[in-house]
Amino acid sequence: MKLINQLWAFFASVQLAIFTLGSIALTSIIGTIIPQGKPNDFYVDYFDAKTAIFLQILDIPTMYSSWWFYGLLGLLCTNLIICSLERLPAVWRIITADNLAIPLERIEKMNSLRQWSLRTEEVDSIDWQETLKSGGWRCETRKLGDSSLSFSQKGRWSRLGVYIVHTSILVIFFGAIIGYFFGFKGSVMIPELRSTEKIFTNPGSIPIELGFTIRCNSFGLEFYDNGMPKEYNSSLTILENGKEILNEIIKVNSPLTYKGITFYQSSYQGHQEFLIEITEASTGESRQFSLPFQQQISWDDKNLRFGIINVEAVGQRVLRSKVWFKAGDDPAITQWLTNNEIVSFTSVEKKYSLKSKQLYSTGLQVAKDPGVWIVYFGCGLLLLGLYMAFFLSHKRIWLYQQVTAKGMLISLAGSANKNKLAFVQAFTRLEGFVDQTIRRYNNKNP
Amino acid sequence: MDSSQLLGITTFTYLFSTLLYAFLLVFKTPRLGHIATYFTAAAFLIQTAGIALRWVESYQMGIGHAPLTNMYESVVFFAWTIIAFYLAIEWIYKTRIIGAFAVPLAFFAMAYASFSSNISKSISPLVPALQSNWLIAHVITCFVGYAAFAVAAALGIMYLMKSRTQPAPTPLIKQPDLLPSLSFIDDLIHKTMIFGFIWLSAGIITGAIWANSAWGTYWSWDPKETWSLITWFFYAITLHARYTRGWSGKKIALLALIGFISVLFTYYGVNFLLSGLHSYGSGS
Ligand code: HEM
Repeated sequence: MKLINQLWAFFASVQLAIFTLGSIALTSIIGTIIPQGKPNDFYVDYFDAKTAIFLQILDIPTMYSSWWFYGLLGLLCTNLIICSLERLPAVWRIITADNLAIPLERIEKMNSLRQWSLRTEEVDSIDWQETLKSGGWRCETRKLGDSSLSFSQKGRWSRLGVYIVHTSILVIFFGAIIGYFFGFKGSVMIPELRSTEKIFTNPGSIPIELGFTIRCNSFGLEFYDNGMPKEYNSSLTILENGKEILNEIIKVNSPLTYKGITFYQSSYQGHQEFLIEITEASTGESRQFSLPFQQQISWDDKNLRFGIINVEAVGQRVLRSKVWFKAGDDPAITQWLTNNEIVSFTSVEKKYSLKSKQLYSTGLQVAKDPGVWIVYFGCGLLLLGLYMAFFLSHKRIWLYQQVTAKGMLISLAGSANKNKLAFVQAFTRLEGFVDQTIRRYNNKNP
Repeated sequence: MDSSQLLGITTFTYLFSTLLYAFLLVFKTPRLGHIATYFTAAAFLIQTAGIALRWVESYQMGIGHAPLTNMYESVVFFAWTIIAFYLAIEWIYKTRIIGAFAVPLAFFAMAYASFSSNISKSISPLVPALQSNWLIAHVITCFVGYAAFAVAAALGIMYLMKSRTQPAPTPLIKQPDLLPSLSFIDDLIHKTMIFGFIWLSAGIITGAIWANSAWGTYWSWDPKETWSLITWFFYAITLHARYTRGWSGKKIALLALIGFISVLFTYYGVNFLLSGLHSYGSGS
């Protein structure tokens, strides 16, 4: 029993809290200096073979998910839970206390105290409830023989602020654990016009079935005049059993969520391949072809042959492409086109318009995290709790009217658990109201 | 008149304010106090105009965004929040002399932003990841917190100075002492740290929400995130040490200083010494 008590006291102590918080803070520094999650060779090159082994033994390369770091977080949680269990009952008793049952001698010992003597025997003629109410304090009154005691309080729930803060930390951890066990993080590259049913986890590259199909209809890329990227976007379609369910354009910072799985625009890749769309002007018939650079392809029904014979590119990004186009036995035509620029060709018989663009793959980050709302809820609680803990205080006042040999003694007393300066001001204001009431009473009963 | 001229003027007016407050501190001439305050307030208005104008200019360039998106802009905003926070304290507590410790921080920040070759001052467009309202919320909340911690550190220095130069409890000739009492400074350090702690919490949270909307991970232990958490823990420890173990005075003053060093490292050191997601804040 003694051992259990000692253990309990150990886990409830604030010393342990300071130790744990300090340890987490200090060890966290390691991971900001030594690069995380690299292959072993990296550490051998960066330091040397011996140091690399030493680091691996201590899990330093993945320290934020190492057993000892989780251990510290677990210690923090245990500490928080036991500390709260230890202290909460007493706080709850204060919040729900019957303050009219206070030992009367305590009233005279409070930090804020003011007393008035009245020469009168009519005990009941002053309505203290009304006086306190005009000062903004709603009170309850109890008769104690000839005497009477009034009590009023504000902000008693603010005492829970600290516990809301502490609980919020646990809630955030809980949300993170839910995400860890029931969610995943991954990524996928989808070329335009293609679709996929699975993505690959990050790290690990383990394939995960989505349970539906996602198709990339097109990828768009915009640049500022100075060449900096302005926007990446992808037009995505969700399909189930071949049926289109949802069409949406995503951008960086505005993802798409379907069935709890969220797709984030994260990267892209330009290919040595092109998308050519040809429309026959008279019938409006249109077809899209994807073809590699410098390769001829044909639309046999129409007796058309075409290809991209040259490009102008910056890195992997093609700015202009040169199209080669031949209808039937007409002489071939060539023309430089920018992405998506439309050009018309007239052969002897028919008119066609043609559009060409480079083929891109969109790089999507894929995440499922059912815990994220719990984490956000915890964050909200954290801020609420901090506000309550720091800006609100529990203020209590008592007004005790007792009969003495000479007449009556009025004692106004009170205290606050925090922000004592503000309380003293409020108390002084209230003194003014009591003063007024007593003066009025004395004027009426000289 | 363009924004960089206004912000350049700001740098020099903060220098002058600093000198006024230092004069006030050394020569104990309370009448100078009003002048120092008015001057600082004027400098603050000039800076406000400069920031607003920079905002307008970004729209004129067709890449409009709030001026809070690169190292230069964030340092300027940091200086602005320090002064705003300091002036509020001066207003509430009617004590001028804190300015001798707080205003120089704003001056150093502005001087660094203006003269460092590490920092580009041009208004540049936003890469896709930075086009988010959460980013704006993140930067504002963080920097209000940082400014509060800066003022707490200034108060810490003031406390340590005063507690050293006060060996004799009753000096024979009473010197006019402009510095507020030690217990007042101690209490104010605590209050500013609390204020900073709430804003830093909000800053970390908004940053996490931003990361989640951009990359699908609210926490990835990148160096900047980790350092903000270290700083947060540091102040949490300090608050606990004070509230439950009764630490106060020199210890807390010293912790306020160390905490601010951690803030500076989070804000500045990480960008230049360590690598991570927040590389947007670096020079280029
Ligand atoms: C990240 C973790 C933590 C945060 C953010 C946090 C936050 C806070 C805050 C804001 C206060 C109010 C301080 C004040 O009013 O000045 C507080 C008080 C307190 N904390 Fe924590 N805390 C954390 C961890 C812990 C742990 C692990 C313990 C375990 C013992 C603990 C024990 C206490 C105690 C005993 C109080 C005083 C409560 C009272 O009597 O009113 N805290 N905490």
